[in-house]
Amino acid sequence: MSEALINKLQTLSEIVALSGHEVTVRRALRPMLEDHVDEIRVDAMGNLITRKRGDGETKLRVMVTAHMDEVGLMVTDHTSDGGLRVDSVGGINAHLLPGLQVLVGEEQIAGVIGLKAIHRAKESEFSQAPALDKLVVDIGVDSKESAVNLAPVGTPIAFPPKFRELGATMMGKAFDDRGGCAILTTLLQGERFAFDLYGVFTAQEEVGLRGAYVAAYTVEPDIAFSLECTVADDLPKEEDEDVSPTTELGKGPAITVMDHSYVTPPHILRLLIEAAEAEQIPYQLKQPGISGTEPGAIHRAKGGVPSVTIAVPCRYIHSPLALMNRQDLENTLRLVRAALNRLTVDYLQLA
Amino acid sequence: METLPLLKKLSEASGPSGYEGAARKIVRSLWEPLADDVRTDALGNLIALQKGSGPEPRPVIMAAAHLDEIALIVTEIEKGFLRFYSLGGVDRRILLGLEVIVHGKRDLYGIIGTRPPHVLPPSERSKVLFWDKLFIDVGLPEEEVKDLIRVGDHITFSTPLLELRNGLVSGKAFDNRASVTALTLALETLGHQEHAWDFCAVATVQEEVGLYGAITSAYGVAPQLAIALDVTFAKQHDDSAAGVFELDKGPTIAIGPNFHPQVVEQLRKTAGALEIPHYIEPVAGRSGTDAWGIQIAREGIPTGLLGLPTRYMHQPVETMSLRDIERTGRLLAHFVARLDSDFRPQWEDENE
Repeated sequence: MSEALINKLQTLSEIVALSGHEVTVRRALRPMLEDHVDEIRVDAMGNLITRKRGDGETKLRVMVTAHMDEVGLMVTDHTSDGGLRVDSVGGINAHLLPGLQVLVGEEQIAGVIGLKAIHRAKESEFSQAPALDKLVVDIGVDSKESAVNLAPVGTPIAFPPKFRELGATMMGKAFDDRGGCAILTTLLQGERFAFDLYGVFTAQEEVGLRGAYVAAYTVEPDIAFSLECTVADDLPKEEDEDVSPTTELGKGPAITVMDHSYVTPPHILRLLIEAAEAEQIPYQLKQPGISGTEPGAIHRAKGGVPSVTIAVPCRYIHSPLALMNRQDLENTLRLVRAALNRLTVDYLQLA
Repeated sequence: METLPLLKKLSEASGPSGYEGAARKIVRSLWEPLADDVRTDALGNLIALQKGSGPEPRPVIMAAAHLDEIALIVTEIEKGFLRFYSLGGVDRRILLGLEVIVHGKRDLYGIIGTRPPHVLPPSERSKVLFWDKLFIDVGLPEEEVKDLIRVGDHITFSTPLLELRNGLVSGKAFDNRASVTALTLALETLGHQEHAWDFCAVATVQEEVGLYGAITSAYGVAPQLAIALDVTFAKQHDDSAAGVFELDKGPTIAIGPNFHPQVVEQLRKTAGALEIPHYIEPVAGRSGTDAWGIQIAREGIPTGLLGLPTRYMHQPVETMSLRDIERTGRLLAHFVARLDSDFRPQWEDENE
């Protein structure tokens, strides 16, 4: 089981798909899902919506989401000597970009981002990180015309695919949220649940939860779970710093209590904790306050949908390479499956 | 030899200053078939001799390209994360997000990371991070890290060579493996082209920390003339001020007090005769290259410098033109082949 899940993570994370360009992930997912779900379709936003019918009496509609898109850059302009100006698609810290190799457009044209040599940089240029609008992607052409021709305005730019296993830790790009996609795919390939399961691979999460808004409207779930990969901040810290780790690698799936976008209803939190404890699955509560996730869009759809995010802790998300622990990925799958197996209408009653 | 695979092999090899062994092994294997003798001196310089055809005692020309690259070194292990510092002039602006190789008991991949940006106050977010905020994460448990890695282990960038458009290439350690590539091409050419002088190709060590290999190898080889090969600055999006040169318009021939006028003159004449495009690069004082160390070895050595224009120097995306590398190798080989047995660089008033 574990190897299959990791193979899915590798396959999916090596695909390039920026927000609005999720077609590549959809194309990879369809053949993995077609024999295992009863319905599969693409909506107007580019969400891939699947339905796996339940084999029980319950009329519950349960939605599980994982977003397909990843952060990256977009070409906004061209310099007179053939460089590409960029903006970020989703949240990228501009500090990360100098010194990197990137892939430009569908043709995956090689490009690099470099700065004035350290020998020639002034003190002010060296102490302040360059702003995004000062950076240029160099693909080797020397005229604006060639640059426009190869990479017109709007062309997406991605971090190069890479996947390595470092002991129990995995290194790769776009774990946020191909990790969630790998788990959701595995759930959909497994046994039926008592209720209808709507597995939704969402579009455009990174630019504001866009896919989740319309998926929640269309699916009208009674309850929703979003599978994510989230910030782990378990590096060494100074005593006078904010010492919250947010989440830690190797300590199990992170259950959100509250983030910037929503508050998890207590009865849904209870479902997850009871499932984890009954199955002896390690878990951690994500320290509140950091980031926004799809329940922020889903919980306010129509008359309201109780929702929760369950995430695999990742170091260095939204950067060219992230780290994730194998057992955390596996345990996140186990926790979601255990919660779905325990889920009854009783859990949906507010206290 | 094909330039691209040669450069790729040399660029991707590991060889921080003082730890050039892995890169030296590769260069030795390339040079042995081309030279009459290949030796390593006490500091680690690799010295290949191609005997000339002139009468003995033959004069010697030494061509030096440094083998070492800028890198990082482990300074502390904390909670299984590595603290580190620069080995040579590393640019801190480019470190975050890079993949590296930690050369511990075995080679380990790692990521250069820091805490997520949202934990920093907004005023701090735009500052380039200092060493105390940066870590290398090899993804292993603390005990395993302590077993495999020690303080003092070195770290190189894990950046494969990338082909850009228009014959440009990008990668790590082009400073100065691109010059080692040009030097190798010159050795190959001179293997089947007659030359009167003995030709000594030297892959020097520890240039990035103080030109030390150049100093000892110039003493050991005791040449009558020397040419250093190194990178120089190229025009790029954020730097078009004086002192930069366009890519793919040939190497630079440096001029200034570090360089003997007759060596410069001979280089210019050779480039002119072969129609090799080139720039004249004025260097007002310290060249910061092996030429600076070689010039004052022994009783003084007439020295010249060929520069390869390079964008983003000291970053793992150093970018240059393959044709410029080939032109440099060709210019050097023909410069050597055109030296007469009795030629010695002289000052205009030497015989007055």
